[in-house]
Amino acid sequence: MGDADRPRLNRPLLFVTVLVIATSGLVYELLAGTLASYVLGDSVTQFSTTIGTYLFAMGIGSFLSRYVKNDVARRFVEVELGAAVLGGLSAPLLFVGFARAESFEVLLYATIVAIGTLVGLEIPLLMRILKEELAFADLVAKVLTFDYVGALLGSVLFALLFVPAMGLTRTSLFFGMLNAAVALLATHTLGHLIAPKVTRALRLVAILVIAGLALLFIRADRFTLWTEQALYRDPVVFAEQSPFQRIVVTRGRSTELYLDGHLQLSTADEHRYHESLVHPAFAVAPRHTRVLVLGGGDGFALREIFRYPDVEEVTLVDLDEAVVRMARRIFGAANGGSLDDPRLRIVHDDAMVWLDEHADAPPFDVAVVDFPDPGNFSLGKLYTRRFYALLRRVLAPDSVVVVQSTSPLYARRSFWCIEASMRAAGFHTRPYHANVPSFGEWGFVLARKLPFDEPAELALRGLRYLDDATLRTLFVFPPDMSRVPVEINVLNEQVLVRYYDDEVRQWDL
Amino acid sequence: MGSLTRRQLLAALLGAPLTARLYGCRPEREPPDSIEGELLGPDLRLGHRLRQPPPLAAWRDAPQRRTRVAIVGGGPAGLSAAWRLARRGERDFAVLELDTKLGGTSRDGRSEVTPYPWGAHYLPVPGRHNHDLRALLTEMGALDERGEPAEHVLVREPHERLFFRGYWYPGLYPYAGASPSDLAELSRFRALTARHAESFRLPMARSARDRLDLDLVDGATWLRQNGLRSERLHWLCDYACRDDYGLRLEDTSAWALLFYWAARLEDGKEAPLLTWPEGNGALVRHLAQAAGERALTGRLVAHIEPSQDEVRLAVLNSDGRRERWVAERAILAVPRFAATRLVPNLPTEGFDHGAWLVANLHLRDRPIGRGVELAWDNVLYDSPSLGYVTATHQRGRDFGPTVLTYYLPLCETDSRASRQALLAAEHGDLAEAALLDLERAHPSLRSVVRRLDVWRWGHAMTRPRVGFLLGGARFEAGHPRGRLHFAHSDLSGVALFEEAFFHGVRAADEVLAA
Repeated sequence: MGDADRPRLNRPLLFVTVLVIATSGLVYELLAGTLASYVLGDSVTQFSTTIGTYLFAMGIGSFLSRYVKNDVARRFVEVELGAAVLGGLSAPLLFVGFARAESFEVLLYATIVAIGTLVGLEIPLLMRILKEELAFADLVAKVLTFDYVGALLGSVLFALLFVPAMGLTRTSLFFGMLNAAVALLATHTLGHLIAPKVTRALRLVAILVIAGLALLFIRADRFTLWTEQALYRDPVVFAEQSPFQRIVVTRGRSTELYLDGHLQLSTADEHRYHESLVHPAFAVAPRHTRVLVLGGGDGFALREIFRYPDVEEVTLVDLDEAVVRMARRIFGAANGGSLDDPRLRIVHDDAMVWLDEHADAPPFDVAVVDFPDPGNFSLGKLYTRRFYALLRRVLAPDSVVVVQSTSPLYARRSFWCIEASMRAAGFHTRPYHANVPSFGEWGFVLARKLPFDEPAELALRGLRYLDDATLRTLFVFPPDMSRVPVEINVLNEQVLVRYYDDEVRQWDL
Repeated sequence: MGSLTRRQLLAALLGAPLTARLYGCRPEREPPDSIEGELLGPDLRLGHRLRQPPPLAAWRDAPQRRTRVAIVGGGPAGLSAAWRLARRGERDFAVLELDTKLGGTSRDGRSEVTPYPWGAHYLPVPGRHNHDLRALLTEMGALDERGEPAEHVLVREPHERLFFRGYWYPGLYPYAGASPSDLAELSRFRALTARHAESFRLPMARSARDRLDLDLVDGATWLRQNGLRSERLHWLCDYACRDDYGLRLEDTSAWALLFYWAARLEDGKEAPLLTWPEGNGALVRHLAQAAGERALTGRLVAHIEPSQDEVRLAVLNSDGRRERWVAERAILAVPRFAATRLVPNLPTEGFDHGAWLVANLHLRDRPIGRGVELAWDNVLYDSPSLGYVTATHQRGRDFGPTVLTYYLPLCETDSRASRQALLAAEHGDLAEAALLDLERAHPSLRSVVRRLDVWRWGHAMTRPRVGFLLGGARFEAGHPRGRLHFAHSDLSGVALFEEAFFHGVRAADEVLAA
């Protein structure tokens, strides 16, 4: 120790190293827990299981450190670089994995174990390097002090600074870079303990890792998930661009589905919407044997439909396979697994083209039509007189149809235009509305080929929103939502798209 | 490639200034071999034998077939005549079509994605006086029992869009940046055409003869004479002339220009358009159903010999066999240039046929472009072409693979030179012309083109140049000569389905009345 020729370790730099290692180690742990609770919901369970796993993995790392016999400094730098790559990429990897991988949980826990193990190796290895320098008691005290300070720093900065300012992905990449920078620093401070050739190689790798992570950090805007986040109140947990639309799911207190930026459902109150959509039609229909669902690939309307034991066959026509795939993954519990019901047949096609090609299909007893609002001509065509005429052809004389018809309050002319277009196709209609807090006042049109009375009694008990008394109130329209004179929506002149565009603009102002 | 360089050839198709701009300074660029596709056109092998057919004596030993009415030509006019005969209970007729397919310039094609047009592709809803055409459309289900057009046959919204200064705008008129005087001229022009609505009718034979003076002046001059100088209005009218006639505004008879706008007005409103995914192929297919097996393809009528009591036709089959047909009467439903080879001394003056290029682009996915969404008719402001029509639009398929039909009329004054340039070109040259033109609106178009087929129409349509009505030949051209009757849109001087149908039905009625 007293040997003057021997280069001394730069102690302050080494303690900075401990601080950074501890901070980023804790950040990775928090990232995994936050991300898991974002995408899987239920933050208490997710946090306790991910943190428990992470701590356990750190224990594995500490245990494994004993098998490092020689070249401790070199191994330390390598472990640092490994933690930088894995930890830095953890958030983007898990986000992408959630959208793509078959079993997200396997990926999640594998990532946690790998990072935890590497982080668990760091401190024991460092302590073995430092033990040449310090007395044991002093060593333990100092290292652990910086370790815990780092942990405090990590937890405070994570919640207050990094996630709000950068989001999960950039935070993850940032700490990866920091980790790699520490590795680079270590090749300097511990340089005398590593063969010169190896030092050069390690430096090159460290620089490459920093550059790679920095590039991802800068180009993060290309990953729409992160820029998109600015548009939504709650964390985005799923985003996919299908050939037809942009599908985004956010998760806060409730889980919400957006298509092309428009809210489709919130788990907070979707029961109000879907009970109102399905059960009045089922109350009117004399039979529920064969059911047609157009749109509604999220499976929530299906959940309500499968409550009826006399439903034998449901055909779901939804343009977008990606919506159904997403719903199976994210809403599999919320929609009661309805998309995997053996009575269901799923067709991916444009509903209008499908109806045109299936005029001679055996008639359906109930048709539930649940398309996004008519914001463009491709959607507007699904609300035309022609569309309803095609729909008529696949119904029996006493069948019942229900159509989601946008808001009679916010889009009053649009609502009554849909109703008038259905009548123009020869339907008798019974418009109604329900209050769905996420959407506001929402409208539907119930229709049959024959004149009919509004339903007074549900065919099913025990719903959360609808009972017989509530059902009857739905058909009462207060003056501010009552019928207004409108033109009908036809393929060659889609007045509905213009009505809707006008009305949406009005409410946005 | 003949004597023309590739660049000269593109210049002949797209015009020299545009070619220079698009083609850049590159002296020669190889046509892209990567784009798969075929070069198509009417069967010229058999057709050109009409120029020097074997002498009549060659048919001396050929088997003889008899029919009451021989209809020469299976395009819209000939098939309309057959339809009329069949509907009036006359079953003893035969349609003899040169090509391997019926339909003429209204023919269509089919892919696994969609049917698509190779020529004419829409029809304005006929006025209420046009009973015969309305009867045809009612049969087809395009008009309902109350005479209202069926919703799914009317062009679906969005109807059209215009690529103007780097952006797709809705509608056909370039409203963006239009000055108040531009807009004032547009509405004055509309009022002017509305005032003429009574003088112009479809079919043309029903038009009044009170404004024949308009035939003596060209469209551009006539606009200026009426104080209409707006560049945008001139573009709109030029587009209309190229679209319907394959002519520039300054070559088109002002009578024809007004006819385009005024004849489609019904109660002061522009008649809405009917269309089908396969274009007017749907119309000729329906007509052909009426003819059934009496419509024969691959039949070149080489000689026609009318006599006092019958008409003898010498027919060459595409398989090389010969047939002698004997008919009571014959309807010549062929273009004028073909009719003159069969019947001596037919007046030909004033019949000028323009050449067209039609390309069908089979796409893996929709083309990306800035501005409003893909429409049925997609027009480029600054282009010699008419833009393209989306085949999947009417069916309601708004995503995924589609077929775009691109139309390029060769509007040069000298139609012969254009025709030669077109027929000299290879597939790669013509595909390149279409792509260069469309890439201005869709820079990444090539990456979604799976296949690009090109059709060369050497004689696509007759052109109503200045003086076409008063040229002398027109009014007599449709009159029967003994047992020979004439039916073709050429007889009207404008190549519209309405005109072909009118002449086909008229010729059939003449035969039935004889």
